[in-house]
Amino acid sequence: MNKPLAPNSFRTGPDEQGMFGIFGGRFVAETLMPLILDLQKHWDEAKNDPAFKAELQNLSTHYAGRPSKLYFAEGLTNHLGGAKIYFKREDLNHTGSHKINNCLGQILLAKRMGKKRIIAETGAGQHGVASATVAARFGFPCFVYMGATDVERQKPNVFRMKLLGAEVTAVSSGHGTLKDAMNEALRDWVTNVEDTYYLIGTAAGPHPYPELVREFQSVIGIEARQQILEQEGRLPDVIVAAVGGGSNAIGLFHPFLDDTDVKIVGIEAGGHGLDGIEHCASMSAGKPGVLHGNRTYLLQNADGQIMDGHSISAGLDYPGVGPEHSWLRDTGRVDYVPILDDEALDAFQLTTKVEGIIPALESAHAIAHAVKVAPTMGKDQIMIVNLSGRGDKDVHTVAKMMGMEI
Amino acid sequence: MTTRIDRRMAKLKAEGRPALITYFMGGDPDYDTSLDIMKALPKAGSDIIELGMPFSDPMADGPAIQAAGLRALKNGQTLAKTLKMAQDFRVHDDETPIVMMGYYNPIYIYGVDRFLADAKASGIDGLIVVDLPPEMDEELCIPAVKAGINFIRLATPTTDDQRLPKVLENTSGFVYYVSMTGITGSALADTTKVDAAVKRIKSHTDLPVCVGFGVKTAEQARSIGAYADGVVVGTAIVNAIANVIGPQGRMTANPADAVATLVTGLSQGVRTARLAPAQ
Repeated sequence: MNKPLAPNSFRTGPDEQGMFGIFGGRFVAETLMPLILDLQKHWDEAKNDPAFKAELQNLSTHYAGRPSKLYFAEGLTNHLGGAKIYFKREDLNHTGSHKINNCLGQILLAKRMGKKRIIAETGAGQHGVASATVAARFGFPCFVYMGATDVERQKPNVFRMKLLGAEVTAVSSGHGTLKDAMNEALRDWVTNVEDTYYLIGTAAGPHPYPELVREFQSVIGIEARQQILEQEGRLPDVIVAAVGGGSNAIGLFHPFLDDTDVKIVGIEAGGHGLDGIEHCASMSAGKPGVLHGNRTYLLQNADGQIMDGHSISAGLDYPGVGPEHSWLRDTGRVDYVPILDDEALDAFQLTTKVEGIIPALESAHAIAHAVKVAPTMGKDQIMIVNLSGRGDKDVHTVAKMMGMEI
Repeated sequence: MTTRIDRRMAKLKAEGRPALITYFMGGDPDYDTSLDIMKALPKAGSDIIELGMPFSDPMADGPAIQAAGLRALKNGQTLAKTLKMAQDFRVHDDETPIVMMGYYNPIYIYGVDRFLADAKASGIDGLIVVDLPPEMDEELCIPAVKAGINFIRLATPTTDDQRLPKVLENTSGFVYYVSMTGITGSALADTTKVDAAVKRIKSHTDLPVCVGFGVKTAEQARSIGAYADGVVVGTAIVNAIANVIGPQGRMTANPADAVATLVTGLSQGVRTARLAPAQ
């Protein structure tokens, strides 16, 4: 693939057609096309409406608990003996992950559009829980699609969603993971066009979803940038986040994209390794294709059939990625590297022991990169890792991997 | 330039009856059986064939067509083989129009130019690509039209009068009106509403308007065919195939015969659609 020319700014996309270079777009059935055009119209109005911003700001502060802290992870830093590591504490948000940032924004859009019913897909269940939460708060019925495999490995979150009043449908097609959940959510949407708002959980899907999800998640990077300037008096040398669909990552990255001295690294799920098919590293091992409304890097075979992939982390178990990441990869602004299941598990346990923080397995992939890289960096260098969620939901999976019954 | 679709539609118009358009999944349950099914369709009274291209993630399809696609893929079907199926069919039938229907990614990966050249050479007349709305016309629609292949667009209940001209702009062959919002294989919508929708589309275009999604029986084909230029049947055919495939892939009857029986009945429906008021 030819490398596109570096633009003057990396922060101006997408264009009016919803494209980031060749990525993105609106690859949807005609039935849905008028709906996403309507969404775009309301989004364009909302993003310039001070009242919308003020309501979101108020909820972010008093309901979600923002700003989230930028925490100097002294235990991990001392253990690794290199760069200073900071955690952006999205795990401390209401519902336990960054997903609430996007859900609050989109539920206000749904309300503004007069929709009556919320649907969502979920992988690890973090987005499903955040969707069910905002639906409960604003009085919407909520229907969550979740792969059957994920329902099994993320039981605590399934129960949380049900407590919050959501109806959870287990999807058994494919491997029963996030891809299949998204197909089923799209089928619901195409059937219930009149009253339904599709609350997509990641910065992917047809335009304008990648843009609006990024805007709602950019609060992570905006805060982190300001906090590191306050705490260290300078920008970090490296920022790191895990990438499944890529919403926590684009949220952290976007405000730093034009800070060219800041190295940006996205971590893909390396699963059992990139030699086989048991991974979800779409940008390291896939090629561009069209799925779920956008063109982006996908794991696929030579006939263009989408592969299921594998990751120990349900939130990263997706064969595609948000289109802006694909563009940032090809322009070279962001490096995307894989971390294996085992490396993520080690980082999960290490963080628990030396920091007293149980990270989500998704976030543990980002921490695993810090474990590899921080020791090679100077003690005066600074790294920010996005701790996108807390790991309570993953204790069953981890116990199983450690050969324990709980 | 006229295609087989244009010629067939003109002929049926002269005969005063609607077209029966039959969908099946290429390679379901396997290549040879599927080719037999394809050959059986015109003999049983199908006027236009929709040849399904299997895709791993068919977002607009219901359980029946999802399962058919997976059966085909599991037995080794690829886009190249689906093109070959059309080529094999053309050896004995150079008249029946073939429309390939599916999703964009396999075509994108095959390469648009290479696909159009091979499709043309294989005797393909039209394309229906579910996830390419007019906003994405540069991808495949415009190159297809240039290559002499009809690009058939879906119009839906959500396509209002303001949007219809955009949807119809580069459409040729016929317009495929999706009778309801939803996935393939759902229940048929209220036929009076469908009638009104067909009239609405016809006020914007001279192209034939064919109706699909939810048509399963000869009676439904007859009542839709009373005012539409064509009736599309898909899920019922796919189900007829699934019904004779045992759990271990052991067939309890010949799938091509099962399809022929169903299609013969449906063709009676369209052939009597204009004889008397449908009721």
